[in-house]
Amino acid sequence: MLTFTIRRLVLAVPTLLFISLVIFLLLELAPGDPMAQVPLTVPPEVKERMREALGLGQPVHIRFFKWLVQFFWIEPQVLIDNLFGTALSEGKLRVLSWQTRSPVMDIVVQRMPQTLWVVGMSYVVGVLIALPIGIYSAYRQYSVFDQVGTFVSMIGFSVPPFFSGVFVIIIFSVQLGWLPSIYDTTHKVVDWDTFVTQLRQMVMPVMVLALQTTAQLSRFMRASMLDNLNQDYVRTARAKGLSESTVVLVHVLRNSMIPVVTVIALGVPAIFGGAIITEQVFKVNGIGQLLIGAIQANDLPMVQTLTFIFAVLIVLFNLIADVLYGILDPRIRYD
Amino acid sequence: MTELSNPIPDRAPRSQWRDVWDQFKTHKGAVMGGVIFLLIVAVVFIGPLVWPYDATYIDIRSRNQGASFAHPLGTDQLGRDTLARMMAGGQTSVSVGITAMLLALFLGSLVGVVSGYFKRLDGLLMRLTDLFLALPLLPLLLVMVLLFREPLNTAFGPETGIFILIVGAIGLTSWMPTARIVRGDVLALKEREFVLAARSIGTNNVNMILRHILPNVMSPIMVSATLGIANAIITESALSFLGLGFPPDFPTWGRLLFDATDYLQQYPERVFWPGVAISLTVLSVNYLGDGLRDALDPRIRGR
Repeated sequence: MLTFTIRRLVLAVPTLLFISLVIFLLLELAPGDPMAQVPLTVPPEVKERMREALGLGQPVHIRFFKWLVQFFWIEPQVLIDNLFGTALSEGKLRVLSWQTRSPVMDIVVQRMPQTLWVVGMSYVVGVLIALPIGIYSAYRQYSVFDQVGTFVSMIGFSVPPFFSGVFVIIIFSVQLGWLPSIYDTTHKVVDWDTFVTQLRQMVMPVMVLALQTTAQLSRFMRASMLDNLNQDYVRTARAKGLSESTVVLVHVLRNSMIPVVTVIALGVPAIFGGAIITEQVFKVNGIGQLLIGAIQANDLPMVQTLTFIFAVLIVLFNLIADVLYGILDPRIRYD
Repeated sequence: MTELSNPIPDRAPRSQWRDVWDQFKTHKGAVMGGVIFLLIVAVVFIGPLVWPYDATYIDIRSRNQGASFAHPLGTDQLGRDTLARMMAGGQTSVSVGITAMLLALFLGSLVGVVSGYFKRLDGLLMRLTDLFLALPLLPLLLVMVLLFREPLNTAFGPETGIFILIVGAIGLTSWMPTARIVRGDVLALKEREFVLAARSIGTNNVNMILRHILPNVMSPIMVSATLGIANAIITESALSFLGLGFPPDFPTWGRLLFDATDYLQQYPERVFWPGVAISLTVLSVNYLGDGLRDALDPRIRGR
């Protein structure tokens, strides 16, 4: 198991390098010139020096190598500096945003909490709703509850977040006036009232994202439970005289959770991608909104770094899912 | 050995597709989904021929109207008829969906068949598929649209250019699941006796793939086709919604939804129609796919 994990970790390195190269080369084709906004009265040689100041003067492979060094060598040093108060990264050049001229990672760290709060909370809520629904609809297969559950999860699959989000804004913000339509990120929770305000502004984005998670996970939970409910060991457990709740909630559930846990792990990076749209709808200034802004402003270092962070998340959670599968299911042998 | 009553059957045996159709008919949701999808396609493509208003006709005196007999869905801030715009938008959305699905299917089947059939290419192509699966797709789609919009616009004109761009971008980023499923099926089929028989009479690789392998992997391909349409329509709408899709004077459902969010307070019903159109289309296609999967699976059929 350990050797498998190590092998996968080693294999992830070339994958990530290749992905970063693909993203870099794609951005290299960008026709957008960062100097486009500079007035025409600025002489060309000054423009050329401005381009060099942005790090654009050198050939592609050198710039790619510099980006790699900045991202993988200098940024971790900055992280260590911030954690332990050392001065490893003193005077070294970090990945700078063209929009703000400040380090990209600093902005990412500023935006991360909003995304994590909204996205993370919605994923937890979605999982908590999906599991009981899946369990019960498998236990009462083809009952009214199961049929309704199927229909609702079909709707969850089909209604895109940019419609469901706008739709709940119309109902709860415009028509009823119960909830705010814009997420206020400067809001601080200090006492009960501010906590309630925070809760009110989080309800809609969390529910919109959770609907999608619930739709997929409850289907998966149901299918996995159905696979296990007809197995021989379930009959044995019943024949031993165990109570029905023990049979279903201990014996069947534990075995059904194995594939579901890996699907939950695989869904984490996807939810970050999906959050790009939801953040746009509810005006949450998180990572997704940062990416859209950077794309529209032609801020290539920012786009490159953010896209690569998404790729790291995907590779990492794929790895976690595979390892979890091996740990949870003793029938799976990787070596 | 008992004698057959009539050694030459006088009726043709029931074909596979007849069985599939019989099974498909028992899935009420799938039949309904198919009918609704065909209805949407018909309205969207035939409607503009019948409807008197043009989607781009501006009548500033009758702007911001509610539902009336002349304009059943009202008009927008420039007095353009919403029903006509919905139909024109649907044409684009549905065409993008179907074309992107076809492209993704073609790429996916090609990669799947080649990597399943030719052992030497298998490792390379599957690593490529894994790499594509590890790419963050929505950010990459946004970047692709941003980068290639201008060159394609100058090469093909604004409308065709953006159409090619969006169809290409969606197709290039959604072929991987199809490739994996097809490869798995081809690997299993390759060991079957009929392939051995065909090989022993000297069938070459091209004919083997076209005559024997491809017809047998049609069912997973058809199921991923339906899911592909749904995926492509949602992705196109998402791009348009983020303001990186089709230009404003060229309506699609996602673009109409995006434009309508500016008037959320005054005219909430404008958001409603494109949203319902997208959701209904995707829902019907998903149900269709669900029924097709059941009908094409011989283990479920006949139960």
